[in-house]
Parts: sequence; structure tokens; C-alpha cells
Amino acid sequence: MKKSFRPDVDAPEYKGPYAPYDIIKEGTIAVVVVALLTVALAVVFSSPDEKAITIKTWSNADPVDFAMTAGDELIGSSGVAGYGAPYNNGGPSQSWGFLSPEKWLGVHIPVNTATDFVIDPLKSQPTKPALTAAIDQWTSASASTQSSWAAAYSKVESNITFANDTVTVPSSKVGPIPVLLNYLTEMARSGALDQALVTQNGFYTTNYTKPLLFLSDGAYLGDLATKQHLGGDQWGMMNETGQYPGQAWLWLYTFWYQIPPYNSSASGDFLVWGTMMILTALLILVPFIPGLRSVPRRLKIYRIIWREHYAVQK
Amino acid sequence: MSTTEIDRQWTSRLRKRVVGKLPPDKMLPDTQPAYVASWIYVFGVTTMAALFVVIGTGCILALDGPQWWHSSAFGHFINSMHLWSVEIFFFAMVIHLWGKFAMAAWRGGRSLTWVTGAVTFLVSILTGFTGYVSQTNFDSQWIATQAKDGINSTGGGAFFNVLNLGQMLMWHIVLLPIGAVVLTALHVVMVRVKGVVPPFEDNASEVSA
Repeated sequence: MKKSFRPDVDAPEYKGPYAPYDIIKEGTIAVVVVALLTVALAVVFSSPDEKAITIKTWSNADPVDFAMTAGDELIGSSGVAGYGAPYNNGGPSQSWGFLSPEKWLGVHIPVNTATDFVIDPLKSQPTKPALTAAIDQWTSASASTQSSWAAAYSKVESNITFANDTVTVPSSKVGPIPVLLNYLTEMARSGALDQALVTQNGFYTTNYTKPLLFLSDGAYLGDLATKQHLGGDQWGMMNETGQYPGQAWLWLYTFWYQIPPYNSSASGDFLVWGTMMILTALLILVPFIPGLRSVPRRLKIYRIIWREHYAVQK
Repeated sequence: MSTTEIDRQWTSRLRKRVVGKLPPDKMLPDTQPAYVASWIYVFGVTTMAALFVVIGTGCILALDGPQWWHSSAFGHFINSMHLWSVEIFFFAMVIHLWGKFAMAAWRGGRSLTWVTGAVTFLVSILTGFTGYVSQTNFDSQWIATQAKDGINSTGGGAFFNVLNLGQMLMWHIVLLPIGAVVLTALHVVMVRVKGVVPPFEDNASEVSA
């Protein structure tokens, strides 16, 4: 039995005329035109290159924000300390119903903010009696003692000041925290903390996970980004500094972050990715999805594209 | 050596199969169906031309390492060319994709051509993204720290760490370009094997699927 013709799956056999076509000439012209257009755009518009910030620039520009962030890293109340997988078990994982791949895969890039961001870098410094004593006091304290210092610190954290190269924490119940923060701030302002954070894996490294996580916990990086219209509610990561198109092709991905429930859910990132995965699967599998594959025929835009062909047929 | 023995060779069998599927006049045609007469057809070759410029400028950037372009005026110019050729690449690719959607270009046994094209688009997005986080400037710091949350939420962050410059740079300059080029080559070969999709029948819009 002859199979019936399905207009959205099958194509009619073309028996019409053919026209001369020089595929090599076409390709060569395309490369030359695109190359010239690229040169012209590069000459006229250049490209953005805002210098990377460092822990040194951050701690010198806003030492209070740095010290507060470092304090949060030490007592475990920072964003990274409570992030969860893949860095630690400090926070809840994002999920969609029973789906929570973040949780299933667990910790793969272990980050202990107190140890990695504060204690270990301080230990790498030349020995100073006050610093050594403060580190020993913190590391040898029981969990309940550390918690009581942390609780006292949290109450006064917003009143931290910085003057005459000294961080002042207005409380006497915070144990060694002020000493640790002062030495870490001094280390950061000298540039030594940048180096200590990237060289934790040895002499050679190309992994900036820890300094970037530390930077992302402070307000400084986000404030600079917001000034550059890069905030999450400003279509965030698809943009780049200056008046450049950025990754405009990510508009749909970024769009979801602007509307509920994506921008209000604790699992917003996972919801956005889930939505995009479904839409992506639909895009790839259009030819196999009845109804969806009929859309072009219903839209009739093809009649504009092939208008000469249809005009000749009439 | 007997003819039969030569016929059984892997080499001769592969050659026969390739030449049978894609004879020279199909691979490098000198004519094409008269219906291929719209500006929309320009965007496929424009995408490939832009890819050529993207790879060329990327190779020049690779010559002196990932940070060279920050301190060299020539390096910055090449980076600008790299950026703008990427913008042209995506602009042309998106128009090409929607143009092919409007033509239902998967018809007539061309489903895999569509699938390879769509997957190439995705691989290209990932290639562009890894480039953005490998710039070693403020943009790369911000984009990486923002993007990590989305990727981590899928569990992918355990293996694809956007904060690891070395990993992202390797993906950007080795793994993903190989993927994009291989997929593009497959896509073009499929187009050449099957030819450009013919127009719908004139009364197609009245026919039910």
C-alpha cells in the first residue's frame, strides 16, 4: 500500500528548473565580507575590557565590607558557607518536586569558608605571637564556644568600623574574631590574600574558585556590577560592561529570571534550567513532534521566502 | 591481489559508500534548484564565514596566551574582531535557524540535518559562554559568579566549574570548538547529501497533517 504524503514530514519531488550556482565563489565572498565587516566593527566599537578586581582592591576600597564578609566566612554565615552542593553541606539544595540533582551529586568542590578563606591564609603568614594565639584560640575552641562568639559577633557585625588601619568590632564577647579579622584585612590590603587564595593548590594554578567565591560573598563586586547594569534584575549575565550587545542570544534564559515564580522561588535557578531544558528539547525535536512541526505550514511565512517559486507556478 | 580482495578492503568500501552518498557534483554543485532564490539562504553561509573568522581570530589570540590582549593594542584589536565576529555568527545563525523553521527544512528525510543544526546552536552558546568567563577581566568575574548558581542547581557544577579558569579556557579553545566544527561539517554534508528542502506544495496550508 502506498504511504500517504505527510506535508510536514515529506517533501515533494522537485522537477523544476535549476540555476547556475558557484558554491566556492559564494563562500569566498561571504568570508571576505564578514571579515571586512568584523574589522570595521572592531575599529569603530572596539571591545570592553574592564580590569578584574582583586581582594586587594576590594579591601582597600571598602575595608568594612571586606571585614564583615570575612567575619561571615569565619563564623559560617556567608552565602558560600550556607550554599550547599557542590561546595559543602551548609545549605538546602534546589529542587523541582522530587528532582534535586544538586543534592544527588553532592559535594565535589569542597569549600570550608572558615578554613579556606580565613584560617589557612592567616597560617601562611610569617609567625606573629598575637596572630598565632588568636588562631590557636579559635581552632582549639569547642563548637559551642565558637557558636557563642559567632552569636555575639552577628549582633554587632553591622557596627564594625575601620579607622587607622584597624578593624574595630564593638563587643568584648567575640573571642579572637577581631584579631583574626584585623590580620586578615591587613593581609588582604597588602595583596597577600589574593596570592594565598589562588595558591592553595600548589605553585601552578589556573583555578580561581576560592577567590571568586570570596569576592561574590561581599557587597563590593555586586555593587560594581549593578553600576555597570549587570545586576540579576538588569538582565544580568547576558550583558557586559559598557554599551555592548553581550550574549544577546541568552535573552530567553535571562528573561525567566525577571518574572515570577522564577525570581521569587528558592529554587529559581533550577526552575529556569528545567524550563530551558524542556524548550531546548522541543527545539531539537521539532521534526518529530506532531502539531509543533505543522506550525511553519500554518504560519505561511514560507510563501514569502518562496514567493518567486509560487509566482512562476501560477 | 584479486579484484574481490580489493572490493573487500575497508578503504575501498568506505570510498564507494562516500562517493555513492556524496558524489563530487553534489559536494561541490554548480547548479541549484531555482527555488533557492531568497536572501534567507545567505545566512547559512554567513554563519560559516563568521565561524571561520571567529576561529582565525581565536587562533591569533591563542598565540601569546590568555592575558596578552589586555596589554597589547594589537591584541585588543584582535579581541575586538573575535567579539564582533561572534556577534555576527550568532546573528546570522539565529536568522538561519528561524528561516529554516519557517521552511520546515526537516521535511523529506532531513530531520537529522535539523537536529545537528540545533545542537550546533547549543554547542555554540556554550562555546561563547566559556569565552566570556575566560576573558580574565571584570566581565568574566561577574558572569562566572552569576552563572555558577544556574549550573550548580542542575548538578552540573560538580563537573563543569565555571569559576575554574583553566577548565573553562580548555573547553573554550579545544573541546567545544572541535564539537562546533565537527557538527557544522556534519550539518553541511547532510545538506549536500539531501539537497535544499523543496517548497511546500502550493495548496499545502489547506492540507491537514
